[in-house]
Amino acid sequence: MKNLRYTSIDGNSPAYLGLLGFFGLFLLAAFVAFVNMEHEGHWITGMNNQIVWGMPHVFAIFLIVAASGALNVASIASVFGKKLYKPLSRLSAVLAVALLAGGLAVLVLDLGRADRLIVAMTYYNFKSIFAWNIILYNGFFLIVGLYLWTMLDWQVEKYARVAGTAAFIWRLILTTGTGSIFGFLVSRQAYDSALLAPMFVILSFSFGLAIFMLVMFAAFKWTGRPLGDLVVNRLKNLLGVFVAATFYFSAVYHLTNLYMTKKHGIESFILLDGGIYTQLFWWGQIVIGTLLPLLLVYCPRPSKHRFAIGLAAVLVILGGMANLYVIIIGGQAYPIPLLPAEFEYSSTFFDGVVAGYSPSKWEIMLGLGGVALSLFIVAFALKIFRLLPDDLSDNLVSSKS
Amino acid sequence: MNSETPIDQYRRRLLGGSVAALAGLTLAPGVFLQTVQARPADEPVSDRNRWGLLIDTNKCADGCNRCVTACNEENGLKPMHGPTTDPQWIRIVKVKSKSTGYQFQMPVMCQHCEHPPCVDVCPTGASFKRADGIVLVDRHICIGCRYCMMACPYKARSLVHETLTDQKPYMPRGKGTVESCTLCVHKVDRGDGTTACAEACPEQAILFGDLNDSGSEISRRLEQYGGRQLRADLGLNTGVRYQGF
Ligand code: SF4
Ligand code: SF4
Repeated sequence: MKNLRYTSIDGNSPAYLGLLGFFGLFLLAAFVAFVNMEHEGHWITGMNNQIVWGMPHVFAIFLIVAASGALNVASIASVFGKKLYKPLSRLSAVLAVALLAGGLAVLVLDLGRADRLIVAMTYYNFKSIFAWNIILYNGFFLIVGLYLWTMLDWQVEKYARVAGTAAFIWRLILTTGTGSIFGFLVSRQAYDSALLAPMFVILSFSFGLAIFMLVMFAAFKWTGRPLGDLVVNRLKNLLGVFVAATFYFSAVYHLTNLYMTKKHGIESFILLDGGIYTQLFWWGQIVIGTLLPLLLVYCPRPSKHRFAIGLAAVLVILGGMANLYVIIIGGQAYPIPLLPAEFEYSSTFFDGVVAGYSPSKWEIMLGLGGVALSLFIVAFALKIFRLLPDDLSDNLVSSKS
Repeated sequence: MNSETPIDQYRRRLLGGSVAALAGLTLAPGVFLQTVQARPADEPVSDRNRWGLLIDTNKCADGCNRCVTACNEENGLKPMHGPTTDPQWIRIVKVKSKSTGYQFQMPVMCQHCEHPPCVDVCPTGASFKRADGIVLVDRHICIGCRYCMMACPYKARSLVHETLTDQKPYMPRGKGTVESCTLCVHKVDRGDGTTACAEACPEQAILFGDLNDSGSEISRRLEQYGGRQLRADLGLNTGVRYQGF
């Protein structure tokens, strides 16, 4: 264990600065998009009075959900006492904070009145799950920040377990809260399900771990630090379990919906005849986001290669985005039932028809900006904090666990 | 010196602290032309009243949309960048029964729910319900998150998608905030005893009134013929009721 030494990175190399610059370009693009949307109004986006939450929300919710999942590695180490993961705890906590910051930035910059952020922070309607989420997000920053402190400073190290446990509980509540944003919307058939909140918790596990693994691979590789197979294999198996669990929850969600006659419409919309949403469900979520990663992670041949494992993580992320797109946008596109099923109806306000939506470039720029912000924060934190162990090769890891 | 913030002033105006009110017009003792009882100017909005609308789909004439035009005119809504983003506080929904083929049309607007989901979900409290049942958005604290639009079962709300010009002084609106039918709150507080849509309807298919006053025409008609709520299964106890289908 003595051999484990954490160091910051130099952060002067052209490659590092280039990386920051690369993220910076995306940040700039997001800023342009934000200014444009604020100035012109939301009509320049693909969002409208039918699809009120669009691509920015897919990105934002993905990042927020992934944030709490990224904390898993640290939680497993300090809450469940798995020493193997301990050396990665710091990175895990920093990534969690960074992802949350990126997601919230997108959410806030998409507001119709982003300039009124202070209002959102000072006026609270405690009946609103959204208001509770604002408190949960702020609390997450605070608690994970303290947790990180216990890991970085040996003088407060004895509190690491307490802080880690607090962070773990908080993140479970936070993701439940995020899921409940949708779960409380009784008016829309896709969301009227108690399963959404726990489903978001499972989603967070797989999204967060997938991002964590990619960041970990990059950070170790680009700074020339050895990373042994032992820890990588454990993480990849864990990813497989989370992907399978996500699939299980999704299956239960759709099966219970199919059981309820009033939800047959929305179910056949998503599963059979919803056009882009059906495609995204089967190709995106199931094939790309579930089957392929499971093959890559569990088949003996490919699972030996880092590239295959990394690819699996990328696919989990893409499939996760597809999944959220279907939940968020597909759920709005399907018409709200205004009258009993006996009637058919139409109006100038698109009642009774599937609402159209195609994301504008502004929304995508804003969303990618959130991703870039998260990664920028991680890259910068690697320079100012000692987050990474010098060496995580197998002999070191196994000798201490 | 006025120490009120713009928000206070706006709220006070909406809450009706300083508006003139007209009493019902007396024809003979006990007989009212206007069944709507307006409240004296110095009295706050109270839960003695519950304002609502009764819509008779039998009377609503096929192809007519005078109520929509009147609402747009009254509240200063203009076509901007197309139907997907233009605000619509009231719309005509054309309905056909699949089993019988019976067809009719009806106006749909904010239903002024007694238990409004939009108010429950609003993070800042910008969505609120007055004591007299009118559901409004305080445009000074709305942050434009659109969560209320996600929550409303009637799709009654619109986001203002662009910069506005030429607004009506009594109906402040603004880019990036959400809005919906106010039940012509400015007219109600003035004691007009009706709404722009009800006034404009040549068939008198829309009736404005006080659901809490058992003597009002709206209450009497509801008592006599009944009336249904859209999505009654949600238990929101809407202030807008429908008759005729
Ligand atoms: S109809 Fe919609 S906007 Fe109006 S009070 Fe009910 S939930 Fe709110
Ligand atoms: S858009 Fe405005 S009124 Fe609607 S929930 Fe958000 S803050 Fe409240």
